[in-house]
Parts: sequence; C-alpha cells; structure tokens
Amino acid sequence: MSTVDLPLPTYKPKDFATDQDVRWCPGCGDYAVLAAVRKTLPKLGRRKEEFVFVSGIGCAARFPYYMETYGLHSIHGRAPAFATGVKLENPDLDVWIVSGDGDLLSIGGNHTIHAMRRNVGVRILLLNNRIYGLTKGQYSPTSERGKVTKSTPMGSIDEPVNPLALALAAECTFVARSIDVDAKMLVPVMERAAAHAGCAFIEVYQDCNIFNHKAWFYASQKDTRPNNTVDLVNGEPLIFGENRDKGVMIVNGRPRAVTIGQGGVTEKDLLIHDETDRTLAFTLANMQCPDLPEPLGVLYCNPDRPAYEQESRAQVQRAQAESPDADIAALVAGPDTWTVGS
Amino acid sequence: MSSQTIDINTPTAVESVAVRFAGDSGDGMQLAGGQFTSTTAVLGNDFSTFPDFPAEIRAPRGTTFGVSGFQVHFAARPIHTPGDSVDVLVAMNPAAFKTNMSEVRQGGMIIADEDEFTKVGLKKAGYAPDAAPLADEVANSRYRIVKVPMTRIVREALADSGQSSKNIDRCRNMFALGLVCWMYDRPLQLTIDWLESYFGAKKKLPEVAAINVTALKVGWAFGETTEAIPERYQVAAAELPPGVYRKISGNEAMVLGFAVASKKASKQLSYCGYPITPASELLHGLAGLKRFGIQTFQAEDEIAAVAAAIGVSYAGGIGMTGTSGPGLALKGEALGLAVMYELPLVVVDVQRAGPATGMPTKTEQADLLQAMFGRSGEAPCIVLAAASPSDCFDIAIEAVRLAVHAMCPVIVLSDAGIANGAEPWLVPDVASIPDIIVEHPVAQPDAEDAFEPYLRDPETLARRWAIPGTAGLEHRLGGLEKDGTTGAVSYDGLNHQEMVATRAEKVARVANIIPPMEVGGNVGSDTLVIGWGGTQGAILSAAEKLESEGLPVATVHLRHMNPMPSNIGDVLGRYKNIIVPEVNSGQLSMLLRAAHLVDAKSINVIQGRGFNVAELAAGIRSVVEEAGQ
Repeated sequence: MSTVDLPLPTYKPKDFATDQDVRWCPGCGDYAVLAAVRKTLPKLGRRKEEFVFVSGIGCAARFPYYMETYGLHSIHGRAPAFATGVKLENPDLDVWIVSGDGDLLSIGGNHTIHAMRRNVGVRILLLNNRIYGLTKGQYSPTSERGKVTKSTPMGSIDEPVNPLALALAAECTFVARSIDVDAKMLVPVMERAAAHAGCAFIEVYQDCNIFNHKAWFYASQKDTRPNNTVDLVNGEPLIFGENRDKGVMIVNGRPRAVTIGQGGVTEKDLLIHDETDRTLAFTLANMQCPDLPEPLGVLYCNPDRPAYEQESRAQVQRAQAESPDADIAALVAGPDTWTVGS
Repeated sequence: MSSQTIDINTPTAVESVAVRFAGDSGDGMQLAGGQFTSTTAVLGNDFSTFPDFPAEIRAPRGTTFGVSGFQVHFAARPIHTPGDSVDVLVAMNPAAFKTNMSEVRQGGMIIADEDEFTKVGLKKAGYAPDAAPLADEVANSRYRIVKVPMTRIVREALADSGQSSKNIDRCRNMFALGLVCWMYDRPLQLTIDWLESYFGAKKKLPEVAAINVTALKVGWAFGETTEAIPERYQVAAAELPPGVYRKISGNEAMVLGFAVASKKASKQLSYCGYPITPASELLHGLAGLKRFGIQTFQAEDEIAAVAAAIGVSYAGGIGMTGTSGPGLALKGEALGLAVMYELPLVVVDVQRAGPATGMPTKTEQADLLQAMFGRSGEAPCIVLAAASPSDCFDIAIEAVRLAVHAMCPVIVLSDAGIANGAEPWLVPDVASIPDIIVEHPVAQPDAEDAFEPYLRDPETLARRWAIPGTAGLEHRLGGLEKDGTTGAVSYDGLNHQEMVATRAEKVARVANIIPPMEVGGNVGSDTLVIGWGGTQGAILSAAEKLESEGLPVATVHLRHMNPMPSNIGDVLGRYKNIIVPEVNSGQLSMLLRAAHLVDAKSINVIQGRGFNVAELAAGIRSVVEEAGQ
C-alpha cells in the first residue's frame, strides 16, 4: 500500500458516500443498511482505500456504487468468487460482500457455501428480503412456503432455506443476524465481523416495501421485536419479552420458550449463550417464530481457524523460503536436456 | 514415416519410424511410450508423440474401449507430426491388437503378447471364442506378426523375486519397452535411472524398481536371442539447429510460459482453475511452482475459477484460468464482464472434441467461434492459438503481454493433440525474453476530483490499471454500461454505441503490435494453405509432400486469431486458391470469408484426431485440381 505511512484520517460516514444518486425505492430497507455501513467503516481503523465492496446482481447489489471505496459490481451470484480472488491477490484488503437472498442463496448458493467452508476472510452481508426485487416480485429461496407471487400464482411449493443453518453447515466461522432498521445492533455486529479474520456472515432482515412489505415486521417493529426475537449476549441467559420475563430453556434436548417465575422456572434454568459452541448455534439458528423467539446478534464465532488467503500466501512464502535460489532458467531447461551440434 | 520401408530381412539405417505401444489402460503404455521417447530424444532424433487414451480411468480389463495407446514418431530428419501410420505396433492384448491393427502400415510389424490371446482374452475383446486373430491369413499377409510370450517370460524371469503376481504382471510393459529398445538400438540406462528414482527413491519401493529393471533387461535379451526379429534398425540423429534441447508437451510448455511471464512482468500470477480434461495439467503444473511466487486456486466450479481470476486482476495480480470447451461456455458471462471491466485476464481453452462432454480425451479445433463470439452482447476478446507443443510457451508469454497491454481478456486456444503430444524443444534463453511492462497509477491522497477509471491511453485505448489499496484512486467497476469519460453508470444510447465501438477498436489496435504474417512454402504458388492452431505440423508436412510431388503451395499459419495480423488482407489477395484445413467444420474459413470476401475452401476432419499428412495432401491436391478445371 502506497500510503501506509500517512496518519489515519478521521472519517465521517459521509466520507464514504459517492456522487452517485442512490436509486433504491423510497422506503427500502437497503437505505438503512447503507447508512449503518457508512457509520461502521470510520470505526474500523482502516484507510478508505483498503476497503473493497463486492456484489452480485439485484437491488442490494447496487451497494458498491454508493460506497466511496474500491468496489466490484459483478455478475449474478458470483460475488463470493470475485471477492475470493481479490483476497488471494491482496489479503490485506478489507473485502465486504453485499448482496441479496436470490443472489447469494439461489444462483450463487454454491459460491457462498465454498467461500464459507474455505474461511475466506470476507464479510458477507446478506440483505434478506425474501423476494426477488429487481426482477419485480418473484419468490426467492428464503420465501416462506405457499408464497403467492407472479411466478407462483397458486403459492410456492419450495421449502425455504435457513441462511444461518446453511452458514453453520458450510463451516462458516462467524455467523450473525441483525435487522435493517436496528442500527444500534447492526453497527456493533458489523464491527465484530470486521474484526474477524475468517469468513463472517451476517443475515440482515431487510424490508422490500414494494414487493414484500412487512415480511419481517413480526420481528423488526417496536411492538413485535421484544416478544418475537431474543438478543444474544455471550455468556448470558437467553431472556426476551417486553417485560424481559421470558426465556429459552432446553427441555428434553429441545429449546422451549418459558416464562420466568411460572412453573418454577428461574433465570438459572435458562439457556446460556456460548458463541463458541457450534451445536448450540445450530439450535439457535433453528429457533423460529411463532414457537420460539428468533435470535439476533452473534450466534457463532470461531476466531481460531486461519483465513484461506493467509494460508495460501503462507504456502507460497514457505515454498519460496525453502527454495531461495529457484532459478527460472533451470526450470525452463528441465532436468533432461541434450545438446545438438557444437 | 509410412513411406519409409523397413525391410525386416536387411540391416538398415532407417530415416524415420513410428512405434505405437498399445494395451490395457492399466498396462502402463503411456509410461513405456514416454520412456521410449525420452531415450529417443537424448539420442538426438527429431520426434513427435501422440498419446491416445480413453476417458475411462480403468475400463474393464481387456475390453476394446479400455485400450490406451502411445505413438512416437522419430526420425533422422525434421518431422512435424506423430506419423500417419505405424511401423511397429506393440499389442499387449487382443483388444489392443483389434483396435490398433488398422493403424499399422502395410508391411509393418506387430509384436503381440500371445499369452493374452486366451479364450477369455479373445472374448473380452469381442472376438469369437474360437477365433485366432494372430493366425489370420489376411492379417499375416499384410503385416509381419511376431508372437512373443511376454507374460510367461516375465513371470519366469521374476519367479524368484518374491513379488506378488500382480506386481510381476505389471512389468510386462518394461519387457516390451526393452524389446523395442533393442530393435532400435536405444540404451536402457535412462529408463533404469528413471525406474530407480521413481519406484526406488520417490515411492520407497526399491523391490518394485528392481523387478521392472529386470523385466526391461529381459526384454532386451529376448531381442538378442529370438530369431523372430532377426534385425535391428538404426535411426541416426536428426540435423536440428544447434543448441540445448529438451522434450516438451504443450501443457508443460504453457506452464513454463506462464511462470516466465510472471517473472518478466514482476507480478504474482494466480491460476484459478477447475479440473477438466485435457487442461488439468496446467493446474497441476503451476501448483508445483509456488517457489516462483505462483499461487493456484482450485475453485468450486468453472465460473468461480474465472471470477476469482478477475478478482485477482482487479487487485493487481496476473489473474488467469484454464479449461476446455465446456468450461469456456460456463465462463462466458464472466468473460463479458471482464470485457466491460477492461481488466487483464488470461483464459486458456485446451480444446477437446465437443459439443457437451463429447470425446474428452480426443482433440478438436471447434472452439474458435466460441472464443471469438461466445458471450452476450458484443464482447471482443483477444484470441491467440498455439501452433505446436513448444509454441505453447511463447503463446503463454504473448497472452500475458497483450492482456496487460490492452487491459483486455485474452483467450488462448490449445488442443488435446498439442497439449499431450511432445516434441524436442530448443530451450530458449530466458534472459533474452523481453520484460512485460506493467504500470499502475500512483496514489493521489489529496486529489480533489474523483478518479476517472475509464480515461484511456490515446494510442492503445487501454484504460489505467488502478489497484485497491492506492489512496485517492477509489473507483467502482461494474457490468452496467458506463459513461465513456467518468465511468459512472450510463443508459445513454449514444454513449453505449461509442463504448461498444471503443472496446472493439481497442482490441483491433492490438494488430499494431503483433508481427505481420509471413508466408512460407512456395510463396509464388497460386495456392495458399492457411491454418491455425495444432494443425501446423500436418500442414507443413503436407506442403513438403506436395512440393516433392510437383505441386508447390504457399503456407501461412495464424497464431493471432483476433485481431489477425494487419497484412492478412494483402496476403489473401495474392492467391487464387485459399485452402483452410481445420479440425472442425470450417470456422476459420467462415471468418476469412466474412471479413475478407475470399472464396476460402475448407478441408475438414472431425474425428477426434489431427490430420494425417497423406489425407491432407490429397485433400489440398483435389481442391487445387478442381479449381484448375
């Protein structure tokens, strides 16, 4: 990096805004996420030129155009693969993937899985609105079963994918969830993701107010959120509810929503969150309304696995260290030569 | 060559010979052929090889579809092809005999392991149970069939080795190799050294090395004592330009070329690939060169491979990927994006017989039009084609040079024939290969105005390669059409037309820095044979043959397919007959007709193999004669 010696400038969110007009529909949840990202970046102790935003195709994928950083708006579903290449060439860059549920889980599901299992050091923001927006309202891989859309007039017959469970199954080392309009939670979760060396995945409940309005209102609104979600705090019991009198405990091996004080349940009986426990993370990922509150925050974090690009670079460096006198001319000649003429 | 007669009864110094080892996929025919080639190379013969193997890794033993062959053509003069027909066939079983017999020239020799011609062996090869193909009258009138009890001799020789019968039977290929080495007076030492280093040192199986060496020597001794093969033959060293030579296949040469290109550009090269026949050796080869700062990435699929390569390029490295035709189809969308991004990128397509899975181990030249046009919209790429195994080295360096020069994807076409085939190669002086100049704009930490990523060099029309991490040059690249000046997203129709034209013109201007085409053969003839890619050897040989038969033709071989050399129109205009031999249905022919309004005539084989010299010469003659009427 050519400017690494200069003092780190003090950035404000607006320093990350470009001169491009933001073209999302008024009221789209993407605006809130964009604001939260611009708010997060100045906190990361990084220079502006070290950030690369990579996206695929879709409404959310316009994101890089609105960030005054380096960026790639790529092709449908392939953002994780482009981002992997960027990290392979320069592991020191801070690479963010921002795309939607159709892009990252349908056409690009394969790349999402493989970036996760390799533990490529990227941060993936999945803006999940459970619908195809840019193509005007077909059901997506996260749409609930029975979804009536233009392409499913009698209701969809596909079971939706659970993004958190998928990420955990794909060996992702940092798995979290937040809500578009909740900057208070989203910003610190993104800061945690940015501090993670390996692959960090954040599912963001995002409202598409045109084609799937209110899809997340059961979890995102002031009056719904307390009873239908639970904020995860590492080492703390799972307590929720507007009166903070509800909790989650394990009964016969399964999570159950309980009320503290009823049936002899005390706070001590509740499930304690441990973000290093992958089995627990699976349990949390599978908690769904209406039976259970949906978890928000960091479900799982394993900081010990090295990032893929670091290991790849280390192999190259090791090979170079072991062969300090590697001679390209000798390589070209090979071990078996013969001479013609004098 | 087939025209050369080997009289079995007279001791002869022969000028050229083609030998084919054929047996079961598990019989080690590629190994025997490869070792024979290495030995031949060191003796100074010119040579050309043709490994011919099935896609099945281990087809059921003894079946015709499990036959694997390795043909080596070696000569005391310069040769350009693996040979139209075979002088000596080594057939390790009935299936190999059955499927390869027709490749042997009339009067040629077939050495068969008679022990394998049992009822069971015959049945597996699809013969009738009471058939006796080695005694067949027609076959014996056409070929000299030498029956050798290879299996029995090897088993007897190694009976006391204490090795398993499986390991012992696996030494039959070394017996056959020893026998052929005796016939052509090739020393065994090179193979002994190889066996000892491979089985002995590397695999830690010195006993296995020992039985193989014994079998090799027993094969040689059998030659000395048998009366069935009364003579030996000698092929003197060829008169090649002086210098240090090595054996090289196309895939090996390409790996070396990319390693050198990385060095010459002072840039890390990252090869992002997905395994596919016949391109996987590129991934394997480069994966073994990390000590030269080369990074390899085995992606989850073809699309991820090209996408990662583009990511590498954006971040400032030499990003490249390699594949075969089906993979190139998958990469098409990302290639279009790279055209829009205007980033350097190298994509190798080692062509194989298609469409779809086609015949994965067989060669074809049918991806030219895909390389030219196989993307949505108008998305011109630079397209290069290697002419021979050793040319893969030069074309790899050329690809990197042009990609960074024009900030544009380069598609490199190779094919299964030259990728797997080997020839002698005059080892180049690496130090004299010019550097590849790469420049990145420097940081502008205090810049007031936004960086304009699509500002162009007025001469080359290439935009600047600004890389992430550089202060003040932050910019976004995208697949949406962009304003020609600012690079911002633009839906303006006039701007779009101008950008389409600019991207095309940028590629067209590459013709300014590539060499003009040089006509060879009989320049003054009124017939020009124009080829591209792996057919160069066959075209040269056919032209030599026609010249000797009194029909001189001019020849020219294209390596730059897009853009083509700037003088191509002039050259085509000088000839009455334009003949285009291709291993496809006439793709270059179509391009030449479309661009230059010439009445190009096609000669085509699409049989999973290259041209035979004789058939190509006959084809050219018939086109010329027809035109003369």
